[in-house]
Amino acid sequence: MTDVSTLPVLVIRPKKGFVSLNLREIWNYRELLFFLVWRDIKVRYKQTALGAAWAVIQPVMTMIVFSIFFGRLAKIPSDGVPYPIFAYTALLPWQLFAFALTESSNSLVGSQNLITKVYFPRLVIPLASVLAGIVDFVIAFGVLLVLMFWYGITPGPAIVWLPLFMLLALATALSVGLWFSALNVKYRDVRYTIPFITQLWMFATPVAYPSSLVPKPWRAWLGLNPMAGVVEGFRWALLGKTAAPGLLLWISIVAVLLLLIGGLFYFRRMESTFADLA
Amino acid sequence: MSHVVIHVEGVGKRYKLGANRQYRTLRDSFTNALTSPFRKRDPEDPARIFWALHNVSFDVHDGDVIGIIGRNGAGKSTLLKVLSRITEPTEGQVRLQGRIASLLEVGTGFHPELTGRENIFLNGAILGMRRAEIASKFDEIVAFAEVTRFIDTPVKHYSTGMYMRLAFAVAAHLEPEILVIDEVLAVGDAAFQKKCLGKMREVSRTGRTVLFVSHNMTAMRSLCNRVVWLRNGEVEETGESGAVIANYLKSASATVTRQFWPTQEEAPGNSQVRLNMISVTSALEPGAEVDVATPVNIEVRYWNNVAGMVLNVSIEAYSIEEICLFSSFNPPEQMPAGLIRTTCEIPADLLNDSVYQFRVLIVRDAATILLKHEGVSLEVHDTERTVAYYGKWTGAVRPALRWSCDAQNSVNTKNDSIVDRR
Repeated sequence: MTDVSTLPVLVIRPKKGFVSLNLREIWNYRELLFFLVWRDIKVRYKQTALGAAWAVIQPVMTMIVFSIFFGRLAKIPSDGVPYPIFAYTALLPWQLFAFALTESSNSLVGSQNLITKVYFPRLVIPLASVLAGIVDFVIAFGVLLVLMFWYGITPGPAIVWLPLFMLLALATALSVGLWFSALNVKYRDVRYTIPFITQLWMFATPVAYPSSLVPKPWRAWLGLNPMAGVVEGFRWALLGKTAAPGLLLWISIVAVLLLLIGGLFYFRRMESTFADLA
Repeated sequence: MSHVVIHVEGVGKRYKLGANRQYRTLRDSFTNALTSPFRKRDPEDPARIFWALHNVSFDVHDGDVIGIIGRNGAGKSTLLKVLSRITEPTEGQVRLQGRIASLLEVGTGFHPELTGRENIFLNGAILGMRRAEIASKFDEIVAFAEVTRFIDTPVKHYSTGMYMRLAFAVAAHLEPEILVIDEVLAVGDAAFQKKCLGKMREVSRTGRTVLFVSHNMTAMRSLCNRVVWLRNGEVEETGESGAVIANYLKSASATVTRQFWPTQEEAPGNSQVRLNMISVTSALEPGAEVDVATPVNIEVRYWNNVAGMVLNVSIEAYSIEEICLFSSFNPPEQMPAGLIRTTCEIPADLLNDSVYQFRVLIVRDAATILLKHEGVSLEVHDTERTVAYYGKWTGAVRPALRWSCDAQNSVNTKNDSIVDRR
């Protein structure tokens, strides 16, 4: 037997005032995070007959619809790139974001059985739902490579920045997901607003149109919507036809950081009530 | 040696009644804020406040196996939830030393689509095991669960028994310094429960600290060295398990030998049948003390409001450990509307000196339970003994059996012993 008097001591007491984020604890639970991500992915691909095909069908169908209505009929400009690939480069991070946001917002409510029976930092749950979306993204990215080859587009050196933009999309999804998932436990009508919000958000993001449609003095402020920064970043890194999104990107990064830190604190604050409400 | 590993100090947990039942909606909160912006939101109505735990303090020493007992709603589960950090105390604090793992349910996080193998890893991670730890114990877990052949089959195809065994097997191989267990023994068949108990005994012998909640007093008595008795969210008594359990059983057995409802308005039941009276008493002399040699009369009176129903009354006898000992019913009969009186006699020399609860059921067409009631309870005393043994006779019942015994000197004893061994 080990000498218990040397073991670490844990004090459980009501949280008061300022809560600490205690991110080290998340790190200690990284294996659980891994297994939850693994479970989500595994179950999703086991349960759906089409499996991986879903990850491709969704963005490709949307791209086709956009190309017909916005590209051909409405003649929306596409910064000198063929419209289908212009839309697809934006749809790729958008789907990643929309999926991660929806899944993480509903994640806590969907994990009631875990929350009321076992302790672990609750943050692991929305985090796992966000990360599980990466597999779909990677599959859909394969389609992009095919498209780029088809249209004869070779990305420039800016492609090394792509992971950063992907991270930004995930961070945006997580920060909003943190707010929504915690609110969702308390107010059960939040889940009905999520599809509506994602839809509006998409039209507020330059997915179907280029940000160059927005008058120059206002353009950088589009970055207040972090997904604008992500989408512009993707187009710049992959297609290389537009200028690097300088100020717009910085505004996006700052917006995400604020949203994320706020979300983390709010989530931590609400954390202790989850088991009682769920 | 005796180092305090769990120090619970003045812990309280407050709930708002009703808050659990209906979910609030954001829409309601908005409308409230708009229609009456100056009213204090959510005034704390004292009638809606409920302390599930109040001023709970006790210490657990290294290597203790502690049982937590109390009636339903006494705060046992809430206490376990606070200790396992699932919910936060409203006041007070708990100091824990060492890694704690809680087992409030077996198979938490099991996913039906995943295979046995996958679920072992997932469940292990949820319970706080490292991947390497699970991998090293994997074969042992599979062997304990007896599911070797089906380990790569999704658990949705498992039988309930296999599922429970696998779930318990993962949990049983946790190795924290402090283990918190809630009622896991209440599941599974007798053989499985025995296996669980055996495993728990083994765990407690390794010197680990275990906290254990169960209604099974027999298990409590044999597993725990100390017991914390909770009553209405407060600690009633802590101490050596035998003594505290005895006190608990005595108090819980504040017996109700008669229940009476003079009018249908206040009587339990429904539009078809309502109870009028339930009583249990000595069949020899009503109201007299009942000992093991007294026949006992149970009387059930109820209103039948639907003429012509085929009804019968069923009695279920429960021990103080809430184990159903036996049940009995009268032959179903077509009943007229009005008050019906049914009696039954429990013969002398069947019950032991203990407390029994008799639950009452009214059944229609020998199939549909129309009414179920907690019924009445009775304390049975011991008789004057004619033998030298004065201890409590073991067993839930104490039937007088016909015995015979005579010396068999004339017969070949060698042959007899062979027969006996068969």
